[in-house]
Amino acid sequence: MKRVWVRYCACFALLAALLAVLLVWNVCAGSVDFTWVEIASALFRPAGEGIIWGIRLPRVLAAAILGGALAVSGFLLQTFFANPIAGPFVLGISSGAKLTVALLMIFLLSRGTAAGSMTLIAGAFVGSMLSMGFILLLSRRTKQMSMLVICGVMIGYICSAVTDFAVTFADDSNIINLHNWSLGSFSGTSWDNVRIMSWVVFVSLGLTFLLSKPIGAYQMGEVYAQNMGVNIRRFRIELILLSSILSACVTAFAGPISFVGIAAPHLMKGLFRTAKPIVMIPACFLGGAAFCLFCDLIARTAFAPTDMSISSVTAVFGAPIVICLMVSRKGGRMKEEL
Amino acid sequence: MREIYLRTKDLSVGYHGRPLIRDIRLELGRGEILTLIGPNGAGKSTILKSIIRQLELIGGVVCLDGRDMARLSERDVSRRMSVLMTGHIHPELMTCEDVAATGRYPYTGRLGILTKEDRRIVTQCLELVHAGDLADRDFSRISDGQRQRVLLARALCQEPEVLVLDEPTSFLDIRHKLELLAILKDMVRRKRLAVVMSLHELDLAQKISDYVVCVRGDAIARQGPPEEIFTEDYMMELYGAARGSYNALFGSLELEGIRGKPEIFVIGGGGAGIPVYRRLQRQGTPFATGVLQENDLDFPVARALGAEVIGEKPFQPVGEAAFHAAAEAMGRCRRVLCPLAEFGPMNEKNRLLRRMAEQDGKLEQISEISD
Repeated sequence: MKRVWVRYCACFALLAALLAVLLVWNVCAGSVDFTWVEIASALFRPAGEGIIWGIRLPRVLAAAILGGALAVSGFLLQTFFANPIAGPFVLGISSGAKLTVALLMIFLLSRGTAAGSMTLIAGAFVGSMLSMGFILLLSRRTKQMSMLVICGVMIGYICSAVTDFAVTFADDSNIINLHNWSLGSFSGTSWDNVRIMSWVVFVSLGLTFLLSKPIGAYQMGEVYAQNMGVNIRRFRIELILLSSILSACVTAFAGPISFVGIAAPHLMKGLFRTAKPIVMIPACFLGGAAFCLFCDLIARTAFAPTDMSISSVTAVFGAPIVICLMVSRKGGRMKEEL
Repeated sequence: MREIYLRTKDLSVGYHGRPLIRDIRLELGRGEILTLIGPNGAGKSTILKSIIRQLELIGGVVCLDGRDMARLSERDVSRRMSVLMTGHIHPELMTCEDVAATGRYPYTGRLGILTKEDRRIVTQCLELVHAGDLADRDFSRISDGQRQRVLLARALCQEPEVLVLDEPTSFLDIRHKLELLAILKDMVRRKRLAVVMSLHELDLAQKISDYVVCVRGDAIARQGPPEEIFTEDYMMELYGAARGSYNALFGSLELEGIRGKPEIFVIGGGGAGIPVYRRLQRQGTPFATGVLQENDLDFPVARALGAEVIGEKPFQPVGEAAFHAAAEAMGRCRRVLCPLAEFGPMNEKNRLLRRMAEQDGKLEQISEISD
């Protein structure tokens, strides 16, 4: 038993170190390069202006927090559907949120007001729940994980198409921003945004952590979980609400971001060699944060000064992992039948 | 006096508010095993799922230790009742110890961290089911038999008073079936568990159960101690089986016999005839056999498979009437087999039959009947 805990501690230390390095690197790198000294002096002299304090730091923090939120949301969905390739993006939940947020933004812009952070989160949450409700209806009809994922992807396409429609026909100069956002990007994050997303994400994360015991029971399947004393109905609602809030918060601020929700939990399970929620929830948060920081670094610097959409980068690293998962899972099934 | 631990009163179970089986009255004391038997789809699992609260009751109540289960909290129930279901589970990256330890759920705190005492119980339960050496193995990489044992350990970790098992022996080979049931019987005796389970294997159900409940379609067809349930006629009726037969004494099943004009006469007795009967049945050759006392080991199988059986009363030497009937039947057959090697005062006449067959040139070696 002790050996296992040593392993967990070592892994957490490794993750924390990785996260720290990526944080610093992200702040340093960019179209304007800074040295350590300049960064240190900027941090101790927090002025409202300046590239570091005003632009980079909030963006970097947002990438870390939202990346972590996505990974945890993915982990929850994977547990819920007992399906390793479930995630907010694949199941169309991010796209649902994107649709409602886009509609909300266009509606408010046409009225001449900009949407506040909380309004956006609320809008995204409604969209998430709509997609989620749809997926839940489908999951009652089919137990096949591939069917569920295909349906999710289709929902995603439909929502994206409608969003594109709306964005194309909306007439406003802010539409450029909206367009960037709808592809997924951390750019233009303000300190206000960071403050609000921290609240939402960390409170949800704390609640999720408190649920780690029933989540662990649920991994054994619903029948056993219920027999162990989990109130299944309440637990399912809690799980859905938390994963939707987490992914809605991400979408509200950074648009839909693909594959982090699948890739990070998968990598963490491999690293820690466990799926115990009490370990996986913090691990997924740290892992997702590091993954997103790394991808955002590439998105910003690969073709600087042009920003790529973060989703293009996460897809490059995340999609192969999903393919691997599908193939290896299929292989496992066939072995069982033999 | 027998104290009833689990009791159902006028229980109706079913899906979506529609009752499938009504009027279920079960009573089970501690240290007893109650087994549900019946054809596939008869509703055995439905009853079990309703008892463990996975399905909502359509009507009636389930009482645990005299208290209505619907009024007990999840935790209260989970400390009294644990389950072992038939379906495969696929937990990720869990060792067998992890899986068994999930049974400690009702006893751990908010975050489910195991104490030393919890760990001691987990280890103890794994050892009880002879799975101590599996503790560190990956649960997804052990055999089905080992998996069922680990899941039984998980159920025991919950320190239940009632154990509900849904076809615990499906997917297991004969050795693992016996092993699992032996462990179960041992647990029941040692921990005074009350066990409700469903079983497919009639022979095992007959031997392990204190009480048997036959589920058929819309109702409990019959219930009682195994001696009352496992009769030949009733088993055939319960399963609606028209072909083959069921031997109540041995709890064994025989395939349908080959009817028609006997081609071979078998002089059997004392168990020597059974392998020959089975072989002829496989070949599809109708046969006659005799002379067998009705208490002979060969007799039930001969009756199940043979086209014609010439019998004698139990414990009686073969008499003239039976001998003549056998000689006549033998005369109608082209070939005669005599797996019987020992003759004594009770079957002296069979020696005579053998000699007659030899004189007629009908007697063949067993090895000559090709398979």
